[in-house]
Amino acid sequence: MSRRLSLILRGGDSDRVVPSAGLSALLSGISAAMVAFLAVFALALSVSAGQLALRWSDTLSQSATLRLSATPSEIGAQTEAVLEILRATPGVISTRVLEIDEQRALLEPWFGPDLPVESLALPRLIEIIESPQGFDPVGLRLRLATEAPGAVLDDHTRWRRPLVQAASSLRLLAWSAVVLIGGVMAATITLAAGFSLAANAPVIRVLRLVGARDAFIAHAFTRRFTLTTLLGSTVGTLLGMLAFAVLPVAGDAGFLTGLGFSGLGWAMPLAIPPVAAVIAWIATRAAALRALRRES
Amino acid sequence: MVIRLANVSHDYGAKGLLSGIDLHIAPGAFHFLTGPSGAGKSTLLKLCYGELRPRSGQIELFGQPLGGLSRDGLADTRRRIGVIHQDCQFLDHLTLAENVALPFVATGRPVPTRDLIELLGWVGLGQHADALPPTLSGGERQRAALARAVILSPEVVLADEPTGNVDPEMSQRLLSLLVELNRMGTAVMIATHDMALIRNAKAQVSARVLRIVDGTLQQAGADL
Repeated sequence: MSRRLSLILRGGDSDRVVPSAGLSALLSGISAAMVAFLAVFALALSVSAGQLALRWSDTLSQSATLRLSATPSEIGAQTEAVLEILRATPGVISTRVLEIDEQRALLEPWFGPDLPVESLALPRLIEIIESPQGFDPVGLRLRLATEAPGAVLDDHTRWRRPLVQAASSLRLLAWSAVVLIGGVMAATITLAAGFSLAANAPVIRVLRLVGARDAFIAHAFTRRFTLTTLLGSTVGTLLGMLAFAVLPVAGDAGFLTGLGFSGLGWAMPLAIPPVAAVIAWIATRAAALRALRRES
Repeated sequence: MVIRLANVSHDYGAKGLLSGIDLHIAPGAFHFLTGPSGAGKSTLLKLCYGELRPRSGQIELFGQPLGGLSRDGLADTRRRIGVIHQDCQFLDHLTLAENVALPFVATGRPVPTRDLIELLGWVGLGQHADALPPTLSGGERQRAALARAVILSPEVVLADEPTGNVDPEMSQRLLSLLVELNRMGTAVMIATHDMALIRNAKAQVSARVLRIVDGTLQQAGADL
């Protein structure tokens, strides 16, 4: 007996009853690869958006800025008064008056490097670092209004909230994309399986003739499409990960900084092929059983 | 009773094909089913193994009403019926031996390799086990179809024009195999319009000849 015969006789290769060189199987494999490639990008966007929201939230949540405007003759005294108030405020860990060079750096993106900062009546900026419990901004504002009328407290809330909301929305959008991509994969595989079942109607007829149950016939197609999807999505996922691996690092200056995976995050896309295989298994089995019942 | 049809009618649309068919196939019986092309011989065979459901009337397979069988129940029942088609209906991407062994594979049972080899030898195809069906002659394909039909030791074999594509010598060889099978206790029904085949069977087996005339089944003779 030949090796091929011994394979099928052992019963471990029952999906061989379905011809392997089907166009639908090839197309479903290619589709799985493309969809998995897109899923890697959607997953990366989701992870990055989550990290961005966390970073923006963490970075700005435990700090505040106090802006003090006064005439040159009064600025020194008012600064001391404000620092005294801050030191006495529960929840304030430390304070720091920004140096002139730091203020120049803040203004440089708008006015260029040659701005004569020293000759301008710029407000003095004081950075406040809070304890995790934070301070009472309402009470602090009241005290500042009494003792330093030119002081304006910015606790970053009005900046932080929309940024965190935007990042959270972006993350939700990315996860929605992941779910939609899964749906597209299921629909594609269902169509391909339906096409394959129709194309293999003579095979199904023979299998029924020899007493095969629906479960056996469905299993033969399900196994074939699941393996094809697993292979295709693995290729697509690896290509997607490779694309991120060779992406140039943008440094620390842009919005897209951190788009991709880092550390253990690289393991996340590896979940795509098995998830795709499960989707393929469910979609193909449902399509096969539906088609078999319809044809009876 | 292996197969029983009672007052069965069937049609494909407006035109009535079979009407009021009564048929009993007992264990070990040998039947020929004749009639002109288009008379409904293939349809009657399909009714006998449950590929078609009748428009009216009752069909019992091994004592079970066909209408009461679940999908799995019908699949299990088909394992007790060997079917041979004129076009053989092989899976062309599998070898001859794999096709013959298909009933075992499709029912999830391990293939008895020794029995398979013996069976291929019985139909004279021991040397063609690894050949693909399209490379075989019409006679070889029909003998392989016979081997596949009997590999599960069915209680009845239904053959639809098994000698339609083979020469007279091969027809006789196929008939001999079916007669030998019948002598081992398997009921056989052969649908054919080959009257020479029926005449040749006369010397070998006691068979009933049934004829479809205008959609009804008539007995052409109790004995050849």
